[in-house]
Amino acid sequence: MSATFETTDRPVERKRSTPRIRRRTDWGRWYTWAVLAWLFAPIAFMIVFSFNDPAGRHNITWQGFTLRWYADAFAYRDLNEAMYNSVTIALLTMFVAGALGTLLGLALGRYDFRGKQLTNLVMFAAISAPEVVLGAALLSTFLMMNVTTGYWTTVIAHVMFCVSFVAITVRARVITLDPSLEEAARDLGAGSWTTFRLVTFPMLFPAIMAGGLLAFALSIDDYIITSFVSGDVTTFPLWIWGATRVGIPPQVNVMGTLLFAVGLVMAVVNIVAARRRA
Amino acid sequence: MRNRKLTPYVLVLPAWTWLALFFVIPIGGMLSLSLTTGNVITGFQQTFEVGNYVNAIGTYWEQILRSLFYGGCATLVCIALGYPMAYWIAFKGGAYKTTYLLLLLLPFFVSFVLRTISWRFFLSDNGVALGPLKDLGLLPEGFAVLNTAPAVILGLAYNFLPFMVLPIYAVLERMDPHLVEASHDLYANRFRAFFHVILPVSLPGVFAGVLMTFIPTSADYVNAAVLGGTDNTMIGNVIRTQYLVNNNYPIAASITFVLMGLLLIGIFSYARALGTERVMEVHTS
Repeated sequence: MSATFETTDRPVERKRSTPRIRRRTDWGRWYTWAVLAWLFAPIAFMIVFSFNDPAGRHNITWQGFTLRWYADAFAYRDLNEAMYNSVTIALLTMFVAGALGTLLGLALGRYDFRGKQLTNLVMFAAISAPEVVLGAALLSTFLMMNVTTGYWTTVIAHVMFCVSFVAITVRARVITLDPSLEEAARDLGAGSWTTFRLVTFPMLFPAIMAGGLLAFALSIDDYIITSFVSGDVTTFPLWIWGATRVGIPPQVNVMGTLLFAVGLVMAVVNIVAARRRA
Repeated sequence: MRNRKLTPYVLVLPAWTWLALFFVIPIGGMLSLSLTTGNVITGFQQTFEVGNYVNAIGTYWEQILRSLFYGGCATLVCIALGYPMAYWIAFKGGAYKTTYLLLLLLPFFVSFVLRTISWRFFLSDNGVALGPLKDLGLLPEGFAVLNTAPAVILGLAYNFLPFMVLPIYAVLERMDPHLVEASHDLYANRFRAFFHVILPVSLPGVFAGVLMTFIPTSADYVNAAVLGGTDNTMIGNVIRTQYLVNNNYPIAASITFVLMGLLLIGIFSYARALGTERVMEVHTS
């Protein structure tokens, strides 16, 4: 994995070939790459073993190359269902937390109002509280209210822990907005709704997107809170957890690899787009 | 806008309702549950049974201490690995700063549970990493990494490293490089420049990083369950088992409160010791 990224260092290497009086080893670079290698080790393992042809139920020693698991990626019906649940919950979370968080971020970034300090405190608490505490508190309340946990309680929980992240992302953008642009729109006769729709919203959109994607990522990855409030409903992380006892099928490596590839593509597109804009 | 004063309240209302209903009230609900007595069959009655807390601490003090110890160790590992990395990317990363940050975050596109389980397979007793070393006779046959305390601590550090690197990077990146130059002009060598100029500036970042790693690592149970086997259980494992397996809700809720209380005491004493009053600002901006 890391070998392909080595190319990014070329300009620095060119500089190194110019004569210098004293050559000092750049230990920081070695250190950074060593830590990155550590970070990538289990991911590389996961990707390589998605092509493995294991003899038994345990996919831990290399037996031979196969593409079988990619052809059979969707062989487990309950795994597909778990993946489907994960994606739909993440999408719902993205939209609901995105909308609520945007409004909250807008209010926090632009207005002074009574209870602003309290709002900040609650957001800080919701972000820094450990997931076990959030999950346990929600489950306690659902139990006492006799609410059956399942799909919708999971959505509720995910929106709850994602809202603050979206709000912070949007607030950061609202603070840097130039108010004179909105004033100009109003001077040109736009009402407040038109101003919002044609001026404020488009300017905030990158931050709303970023916040929404963050909510999506947090939701699809969540295990701890979900394990408390999901009842009989299984999501992708929960399915993997449940499968560890009987042995994880290589399909999980395939899906992990595919998710990783999607993330990689999105990140690269994002960087290229940012370079082009700059 | 006829009534501009109302606008912020209208904007805040939906999110506030959600956070109040599903975060603030549930914390109160859990407090109430932690003071009940009963069991699943007979139901739980509110008896303001403070004994649940005594019971919980008496039974699980070992797991509580172990969690704080593992969380602390993982946080130190994160500082040791993350600070030099953040420093190097911020000052020497040049045009590739974003690329390095992306590389740092890329492994986290794979789900948390899958990443941790991947470590488990990677480190298994006769797996890819240990198997060949044992075949070559470099390691004794009985050598194991899994189900040990270091495996859990390193797993925790692995999963939360970016939460340490990013805040430190953010403060170092914003730092005025002239400050360092000025210290050199005043005959500070590299070590003095670091300890007297760079380190103090970066402390708020370290502070935020410590909060963002210590809290989730000491309350985590996934790493302990996947990498630690049965002898390294943390308080998170106890909470999970009591809630989801034993259905012993009053005890489960009281342990959760004990954990919350300890973390809060930790955060406040830490904030006072470091003299950082703007904990929240660093953390939420």
